[in-house]
Amino acid sequence: MGSLLSSFGLNCGKEEVNEEERHIRANDRAFNLSRHYANNAIKTSKYNIFTFLPLNLFEQLQRLANAYFIFLLILQLIPQISSLSWFTTVVPLVLVLSITAAKDGTDDYNRHKSDKQVNNREVEVLIDGQLKKEKWMNVQVGDIIKLETDEFVTADLLLLSSSEPLNLVYVETAELDGETNLKVKQALTVTGEIGDSIENLAAFDGEVHCEPPNNHLDKFKGTLTLNGEVHSLDNDKILLRGCTLRNTEWCFGMVIFGGPDTKLMQNSGKTKFKRTSVDHLMNLLVLCIIGMLALLCTVLAIGNTIWETTEGSSFTVFLPSTDSSDPVLSGFLTFWSYVIILNTVVPISLYVSVEMIRLGNSFYINWDRKMYYPRKDTPAQARTTTLNEELGQIKYIFSDKTGTLTQNIMTFNRCSINGKSYGEVFDFSGQRMEITEKTEKVDFSWNPLADPKFAFHDHSLVETVKLGTPEVHAFFRLLALCHTVMPEEKKDGQLAYQAQSPDEGALVLAARNFGFVFRERTPESISVVEMGEHTTYELLAVLDFNNVRKRMSVIVRNPEGKLYLYCKGADTIIYERLHPSCTKLMEVTSEHLSEYAGEGLRTLALAYKEIDEGYFEEWRHRHYVASTAMDNREEQLDAVYEEIEKDLQLLGATAVEDKLQDGVPQTIEQLAKADIKIWVLTGDKQETAENIGYSCNLLREEMAEVFIVASNSPEEVREELRNARKKMNPRSGDEPTFIKSGILGKRSQVMQEEETDGEYAMVINGHSLAFALQKDMEMEFLRTACMCQTVICCRVTPLQKAQVVELVKKHKKVVTLAIGDGANDVSMIKAAHIGVGISGQEGMQAVLSSDFSFAQFRYLQRLLLVHGRWSYLRMCKFLRYFFYKNFTFTFVHFWYGFFCGFSAQTVYDQWFITLYNLVYTALPVLALALFDQDVNDRWSFQYPQLYSPGQLNMYFNKKVFLRILLQSCYCSLILFFIPYACVHDTVRDDGKDIADYQSFALLAQTSLLITVNIQMALDTYYWTAVNHFFLWGSMSVYFAVTFTMYSNGMFLIFTSSFPFIGTARNSLNQPNMWLTMFLSTMLCTLPVVAYRFLFIQLYPTINDKVRHKARQAKAAPPPTPRRFTRRRISTRRSGYAFSHARGYGDLVTSGRFLLRPKRTRPALFPVVDSPVTSTTPQTYRTITEEDESRSPTSE
Amino acid sequence: MMASSYNAKEEDGHHSGASGPGSSTVKSRKPDNTAFKQQRLPAWQPILTAGTVLPAFFVIGLIFIPIGIGLYVTSNNIKEFEIDYTGIDMSSPCFNCSQSFSWNSSVPCKCSLAFSLDQPFESNVFMYYGLSNFYQNHRRYVKSRDDSQLNGDSFSLTNPSKECEPYRTSENKPIAPCGAIANSLFNDTLELFYIDPNGTRTPIPLIKKGIAWWTDKHVKFRNPGGNNSNLTAIFQGTSKPVNWRKPVYELDTDPENNGFINEDFIVWMRTAALPTFRKLYRIIQKKNNMTPTLPRGNYTLEVTYNYPVRSFEGRKRMILSTISWMGGKNPFLGIAYITVGSVCFFLGVVLLIIHHKYGNRNNSSDIPN
Repeated sequence: MGSLLSSFGLNCGKEEVNEEERHIRANDRAFNLSRHYANNAIKTSKYNIFTFLPLNLFEQLQRLANAYFIFLLILQLIPQISSLSWFTTVVPLVLVLSITAAKDGTDDYNRHKSDKQVNNREVEVLIDGQLKKEKWMNVQVGDIIKLETDEFVTADLLLLSSSEPLNLVYVETAELDGETNLKVKQALTVTGEIGDSIENLAAFDGEVHCEPPNNHLDKFKGTLTLNGEVHSLDNDKILLRGCTLRNTEWCFGMVIFGGPDTKLMQNSGKTKFKRTSVDHLMNLLVLCIIGMLALLCTVLAIGNTIWETTEGSSFTVFLPSTDSSDPVLSGFLTFWSYVIILNTVVPISLYVSVEMIRLGNSFYINWDRKMYYPRKDTPAQARTTTLNEELGQIKYIFSDKTGTLTQNIMTFNRCSINGKSYGEVFDFSGQRMEITEKTEKVDFSWNPLADPKFAFHDHSLVETVKLGTPEVHAFFRLLALCHTVMPEEKKDGQLAYQAQSPDEGALVLAARNFGFVFRERTPESISVVEMGEHTTYELLAVLDFNNVRKRMSVIVRNPEGKLYLYCKGADTIIYERLHPSCTKLMEVTSEHLSEYAGEGLRTLALAYKEIDEGYFEEWRHRHYVASTAMDNREEQLDAVYEEIEKDLQLLGATAVEDKLQDGVPQTIEQLAKADIKIWVLTGDKQETAENIGYSCNLLREEMAEVFIVASNSPEEVREELRNARKKMNPRSGDEPTFIKSGILGKRSQVMQEEETDGEYAMVINGHSLAFALQKDMEMEFLRTACMCQTVICCRVTPLQKAQVVELVKKHKKVVTLAIGDGANDVSMIKAAHIGVGISGQEGMQAVLSSDFSFAQFRYLQRLLLVHGRWSYLRMCKFLRYFFYKNFTFTFVHFWYGFFCGFSAQTVYDQWFITLYNLVYTALPVLALALFDQDVNDRWSFQYPQLYSPGQLNMYFNKKVFLRILLQSCYCSLILFFIPYACVHDTVRDDGKDIADYQSFALLAQTSLLITVNIQMALDTYYWTAVNHFFLWGSMSVYFAVTFTMYSNGMFLIFTSSFPFIGTARNSLNQPNMWLTMFLSTMLCTLPVVAYRFLFIQLYPTINDKVRHKARQAKAAPPPTPRRFTRRRISTRRSGYAFSHARGYGDLVTSGRFLLRPKRTRPALFPVVDSPVTSTTPQTYRTITEEDESRSPTSE
Repeated sequence: MMASSYNAKEEDGHHSGASGPGSSTVKSRKPDNTAFKQQRLPAWQPILTAGTVLPAFFVIGLIFIPIGIGLYVTSNNIKEFEIDYTGIDMSSPCFNCSQSFSWNSSVPCKCSLAFSLDQPFESNVFMYYGLSNFYQNHRRYVKSRDDSQLNGDSFSLTNPSKECEPYRTSENKPIAPCGAIANSLFNDTLELFYIDPNGTRTPIPLIKKGIAWWTDKHVKFRNPGGNNSNLTAIFQGTSKPVNWRKPVYELDTDPENNGFINEDFIVWMRTAALPTFRKLYRIIQKKNNMTPTLPRGNYTLEVTYNYPVRSFEGRKRMILSTISWMGGKNPFLGIAYITVGSVCFFLGVVLLIIHHKYGNRNNSSDIPN
């Protein structure tokens, strides 16, 4: 299912001509082609075989670093300038370019493959009066195509006809909006009449005028002109690409939007190449460094000009000036010569190493057993290997709810029947026991129709049911009757329910297990197996649910002929409508309800009443009148419903658990401690979201206040936001304060963090959010929201999710992470700095567009607090060290410039320059960046505060960089002037020369290497065998290589390449050489040690403290993580278990449906007359390979 | 309720892999439980504690100071005498020579400087010439040589490297040895005389062999033509460097010290790192244990003044020095060691005080939770 959206990649806007109106003629390819609408092919790949090399090279050379090295290479080819051999640049550059090209190539190849797979899917298209199999990519706008059950919808279609009654089709939109329940689409009657007659379809010549492609999933405007009549089209008649056809044998549709124009692709947003903040900083620093380089070179060039004027011109006796006799020209050339020599401040190996480190750290994520989910056999996966260190800097998490925080599984957990609460387990001493997987489950084997997956732990309820207590029976009867669930008999005789909302499914399933099995429904009857007895109720009316009523009722006639009204709904609503006689029961039940709500369960109150036959007939008439009223139909119907739903008898209450994923509250607690703000962006309605907020610790009772923004006009929303802000911080000004951070013209407004005096949270509903996200209010919204610890946005569309993320990203200098599992989260996942996909819940789309993926929300804490933190730490250490070692290396040249006539003479041997970054210092720093950890994972969890340095960017920022610069300056001064002073005028112990250039070079480079290695040792917190091996190995390699290169053999073979013959032998046997090295390395490192020690003593960071503590506790293992205790909360928050959408409940219930004459109604559900037949397997619909995990009730 | 069943153990991998049907046949994607992959490699985790840092400072201080004192004393025991014979001052005996310089003058200009040694120089004495403000480390100068040619490569002998420009050819003949370094070979001749108290001048024997590195003399520099000792024939067809007065094969009469393997030439070719440098010129060997090599008294330095340095404000010096195990006289190293050692010790004390005063700030308990 997933690969369809793997192509989310590009927005393929081939024809960006402003399309004002789309005009399509069915079955008229010639006409449609003339309009040049995009066909159904999608293309997300970037290159083909021929364009790959030039395009990729071009792209790579656009990267500043690569261009810079090409430029250097060109410089080196000019003999007057070349101060280093050309290969010192070419070898690394070619290496870098080819590695990147290979990576890009494979990526694009994979995109090609997935494009091809999607484009080559086959669908039946009506061409020239015949159905032909055609590839998806060849489908054109205006084509009529046939879809069969469980097929993906090929493109955005106008539904023409279907196999189902009333021209209905059922689609699953999980990939589109993340909702797993089925949705109903209905074709126009005019087109529906065509049915599956191919001739008629081929003759169909309707013309569609509609809006141009856009990304509104829930809106469509258009007209269909057929036989001169104009029919209006709305979203109900459109099948969107990305949906899956369910429970519908076949349907025909006409392609309206194809490929890139489909709402799915329009909604996918653009793929942006994500870069980490460290990347940005690095780019900035590289620019600074280049500036610095230019400055250094200018100084040296001016020096050279002066030198040439004053000294050089008189030194011509021994050093004739060549063609560049002009001092200014000489200075100019020297400038470029020094550019080459000093280029090591930005070595190309930096970029390669950074990539390698990120890759390595990504592998750790893939390899982590603690992020592996055994039940689904899914390990965590780092899909993007370039963002690791950003994981250590997250400040905002944007989370989806369904499937991310929750499992999207509803379980019937508790119930209160006639004042007695069921569902808890007590041990012998009467203590409440925690229910774990090991707790004994109730055995439902006495009920052959029970679903074996249903788990309930309280045995007393079953006993009560078996005893036949009337209230309990009435309770479950209600659950079995009052709903809009549709039953479905699988091939193997298994009964499955298709519920509009998982809550309802859970309730009906519970009733089923307790012996009240809902078997079948027809528009006029409901068949139930009550404790093994087949019973058929006559369904007289369904008083449907809506958001205002917050309840639903059914009116049925039982086999005895009595009329009953069964009602379930939000407790407050039901309570208002109860008969005064049940006041006592109300009180008891209220207590239970609070208890359930306190545990984060979604509750419903159940009530019933018996209805007088005569009254009902009269009511029915009024109902008919109301349902056919032309205006105010809704209100009239509501009034009629209201009339009959009163004086109810309370039966009890149910509590359904929206099962959280394992460990979610703990994870959220940990993340909150790490000072990460969590925003939940959910498509759910407010109450549900709020409830989940409480149950997973996002909203806490001890919070100072939870603001609820639910207004219907922009002014009110603004007012509410402002009030909330004032409450949080009365000093907060009217105008937000911005930190100006304009770098190179890229000016962005960054909003300052504002203080609050307490923990706050905000819940904002869909309407208000839409207003809040408007241009003039977004800043107000952002300010208020960012002051809250938690923000919950309800009824959010996928695009709004992305907007929210973008808003925060744009105006806050923070790193954001979005986590989600469904296609509706894709835009958000792509918008955030880091996108995390939860794999295995609702298809793979989220995973495919994510940067990291794993199976459970709780792994997020490990990803951030352990992997992220370490990656950040390592990357920063790496960068700090890398810049240090290269600056130190390079600055020595600068100082030497003053003593060699600014002639761009290098201090070191050329071979040392070539190998310094590639060989001598490459591996130890790599080991540092791959293995280092300040404290182990357990301590990281123990002290989530360790995470905050990353959020504040403390380990690597401009200040740190400056400090490194100064340290390098100091070290380079030491490394040049100490050897200078020691060697100057001195001789060997046999009187021979040692102040020669070659010995000096050897002395300087050896001191340098030892110094940087000691610095490395100081930076390493975690000495594994590999670190030791690499560090000592590098030193040994240096000496081995040096002695080899300075040996007779090498000189005699390559005379001109190795002129340093004998230098090592002749100078390294001198004690004063070693004493000099010892002195200079000590002078370089001792201040660092003293400085660090001093800071640990005076201003220890959290990191130092924990490290200290970890060391003390080395023998004793760190304390086990504290158990999360669920707080009992007194406040009653009723979450009531209804889905927010009106699904096919409408159909079951609407007046139209009820009042339609029987004969015109084809069997929507099989009409079963006798109870006997209902036990035989149903055969009216063969559903091939119904994916079991898809059905929420069957889990 | 599920929350309570969340169990770290399960994540730790004690679960027996995937539990789905058919998992026994399909290889589990569970990552391997190796210390490397789980980042649990055993490791040494040092931290900077008072227990390690403070002793380190004291120890370093205590090591550095004696070394420094030793070095300083050693350096002080080395006897060194230096005399500038550039002839800048009117009063200087070499003033005339320095003024009337020309490369082509057939009559060498000679001057002699008198000096006296206050202390006798025991053991071997090394005689250096020193040049100042001479940029032997200039890039164009440094690369202006052909190591192949100097190594006796016969092809390079007649085809010197381009790097030697503009001293590559002269009069259409290749220069041997080519390049600016060779061309600027130091060619002053220094002679030393001891003036007896009674006035007699005794020439002091100056040994000119053994002044170059062994590797240079035997590996890096070789005359072309292998064992053929007739250097004149070998260098046939080449031209002498323009500034030289005589060709390379006439540098010395001793065939072991002639041509490219002439030690004066080799010493010169080992370019200096800094613009002020000294190069070994001659060795004055100790005669016996009874008499000092150079007794105290008056000396004369006879200079054949060939080498012009005035144009670039250069200086020429003659240095006499004894040596020790640490080489020549260089008080810097000793002083530096003493200073660094003292600073270390002092820092140690300061840190110790600071540690005692503030040191328990990072001690456990106060980590906010």
